[in-house]
Amino acid sequence: MSKFKDAGHLVRLAIAFAVVFLVFLLIRAHFIPKSFGQYGHYRGNALVELSSKPISYAGHQACEDCHGDVVSMKTAGKHTGVNCEACHGALAKHVENPASVTPQLPDTALLCLPCHEANIAKPKNFPQVVSAEHSGGAVCKSCHQPHSPLLQPGETQS
Amino acid sequence: MITRRKLLVLLPAAAAAWEYVMAGTPESALGYNRDQHWWGMLLNIDKCIGCGSCVRACANENDVPEGYFRTWMERYHVSDWHQEVPQVDSPNGGKNGFPPSEAQGGKNFFVPKMCNHCVDSPCTQVCPVGATFHTPDSVVLVDESYCLGCRYCIQACPYGCRFLHPISRTAQKCSLCYHRITRGLTTACCENCPTGARQLADLKNPDDPIHEFLKTHSVQVLKPHLATGAKAFYYDLDGSVR
Amino acid sequence: MVPVDGFMYPNEVELQWSVLIVVYPYVTGLVAGAFILASLERIFHVTAVKPTYRLALLTALAFLLVAPLPLQFHLGHPERSLEMYLTPNRSSAMAMFGFVYLWYLMVVILLEIWLDFRREIVLLSQSTTGLKRLLYRALTLGSSNISEGALRVDEKVGWVITLIGIPSAFLLHGYVGFIFGSVKANPWWSSPLMPVVFLFSAMVSGIAIVMLLYMAMMKIRRQPIDMRCVDTVAQYLLYIFIIDFALEMLDLIQRIYEADESFRSLDFMLHTRLFFSQVILQVVLGTVVPILTIGLIQIFKVPEKLRRLAYWVCGCLTLVGIFAMRWNVVIGGQLFSKSFLGYTTYKVDLISREGELIAAALLILPFFILAALMKILPPWVESEAASGD
Repeated sequence: MSKFKDAGHLVRLAIAFAVVFLVFLLIRAHFIPKSFGQYGHYRGNALVELSSKPISYAGHQACEDCHGDVVSMKTAGKHTGVNCEACHGALAKHVENPASVTPQLPDTALLCLPCHEANIAKPKNFPQVVSAEHSGGAVCKSCHQPHSPLLQPGETQS
Repeated sequence: MITRRKLLVLLPAAAAAWEYVMAGTPESALGYNRDQHWWGMLLNIDKCIGCGSCVRACANENDVPEGYFRTWMERYHVSDWHQEVPQVDSPNGGKNGFPPSEAQGGKNFFVPKMCNHCVDSPCTQVCPVGATFHTPDSVVLVDESYCLGCRYCIQACPYGCRFLHPISRTAQKCSLCYHRITRGLTTACCENCPTGARQLADLKNPDDPIHEFLKTHSVQVLKPHLATGAKAFYYDLDGSVR
Repeated sequence: MVPVDGFMYPNEVELQWSVLIVVYPYVTGLVAGAFILASLERIFHVTAVKPTYRLALLTALAFLLVAPLPLQFHLGHPERSLEMYLTPNRSSAMAMFGFVYLWYLMVVILLEIWLDFRREIVLLSQSTTGLKRLLYRALTLGSSNISEGALRVDEKVGWVITLIGIPSAFLLHGYVGFIFGSVKANPWWSSPLMPVVFLFSAMVSGIAIVMLLYMAMMKIRRQPIDMRCVDTVAQYLLYIFIIDFALEMLDLIQRIYEADESFRSLDFMLHTRLFFSQVILQVVLGTVVPILTIGLIQIFKVPEKLRRLAYWVCGCLTLVGIFAMRWNVVIGGQLFSKSFLGYTTYKVDLISREGELIAAALLILPFFILAALMKILPPWVESEAASGD
């Protein structure tokens, strides 16, 4: 039994460890976010937070409600697959409150080139021009109607 | 004793309360059921014109800081005699389009890149705290209020799609516009792609036309040998693409 | 703008893991190495190295206490680091390492030091006054039993702790190697050899630093250096070095032979950006020169003074070489693009949160902590008279 008397300090040590462990458990219980583990090893509320962020682009469906005439022109032409906001910018705010936010008309001198400037890496069948040689300095809109841009032979739109 | 009178009061009250309870549940509040969707993306190389609209739209929709990219465009030049080592450039991630190529001849094309929302993602495997995770509808997201900024996930991503946000000092990447797709909209990049080179795919929806496309065409993923379960499917991808 | 050669994915251009992430495995490596040296005497009865036993333990503790600091400076949100203990992701090597570290600190190092020094602690708690007395009394945990029986219990338990400590030390630094070695996205890191290479290079650095500290402390205390001890320590340094070198050469030769898709890119990086730090510092000066020097000392009879000088030089070269090794792994692994088509450069600032000054300060800090520890827990019986520092 003197063996135990000589191991008294180890018992104290074990108690110290146990206290530290208990404190750790208490800290855990307090600090772990309540929704953690709901769907997996992450904060369940994060899914709600990430789903609720505000949107900037309204999506083309929203434009169709008010701008049906432009949409019909577009659908009949080559730009049918080009959505409204791709050229007119993010307009969720305009959809929310049409009167308060007036969209800026894009400048075709800058707008059209990223898509239509000739580049060896673009697909061969995609309509592309070398802008410096194409229009003699005239801006794209002076001949092409952006919502239905294809010109018939001999035709100019304005 | 439950009388008929009490029931007449209790039942509508219970119905109202039930709606209130259900409204508190994330799914029904949005009318979106996570278990019914499995998201991916189709990237059609033969339609991509490298206009950079997707990069600009993403930056706009998600407040992506300048110099960092949740999605980006690469331009490839594969010479006739050196197929294995292409020449690639991505000036400012292709955000402002591309200047005219100096390249002559060979094969040239654009490749859009983004987070592949891998099913067996190495990034979620290594996150020490569970700040990045794989959702029930198979989107890999980052919980920015929980992220430590240790950057292990950025090291672990084979595709280079993650970065550390310079202001929040947390990891960030493409979220597949989770806030949009859960509201029935498409991602900002797909919305703004003028040629339909980028299309969102819902692999659990039998009526999804993209899902149909994936079933009937040869598609590839990047770095298949790493077995990440990538879900950004490329159509018409050349073997030289890194 | 960071200059880029060739093509890199746009998000790869800026390095994510800085020099602090070089300091961190370096420091934990010293811990593991110092402890392995201490265990040589305790478990394997290599009595010649006994004079370094306590010094090795205190060195391990000093460096272990500093180890989390580079990480805290590096994290984007150090205030959230407790999350690693609250919600550890079991699939993450980094998260699991948090517990390995805690285990090693609490159960191995602190316990072993306490058991070994307990007799002195109790005596000092009775002989000192004031604040010091309070400190020692706290350290005794209220027990003043230093009878023969109690000390024998300490000896036995201490032996078991050291025995557990050896695989724990392997785990401590092997895990750091695994943190890199398990990243399949990075071919410079991804290798099953990585934990083993890290471990053996850690042992080399730990043994070297204890050897240098021992010689330095004896000089400061104006005591004669036990050459039998230092010669034996140097011998073990040589053995471990040979294994470490063999492993690194194996990795290199296999890479060159297999020449997979990443090889051309990595080879180019090695010959340009990493040439000085890898070939010159790590391999030639940091490995080959110490191996040859200590090797020659085993074969030829070299006079004591010259041997001591050789050990000084080799010890320093080893420490530099192992730091270079960590640099080459961590920084090197981020200099090339995962497209294998380009390279970036690492610009380390002098004065920033992850800059050179902080890194240097974190490398020097353990020595101050060690000095304080040696004052509280003197490693040598007569050193109450030592001026310390």
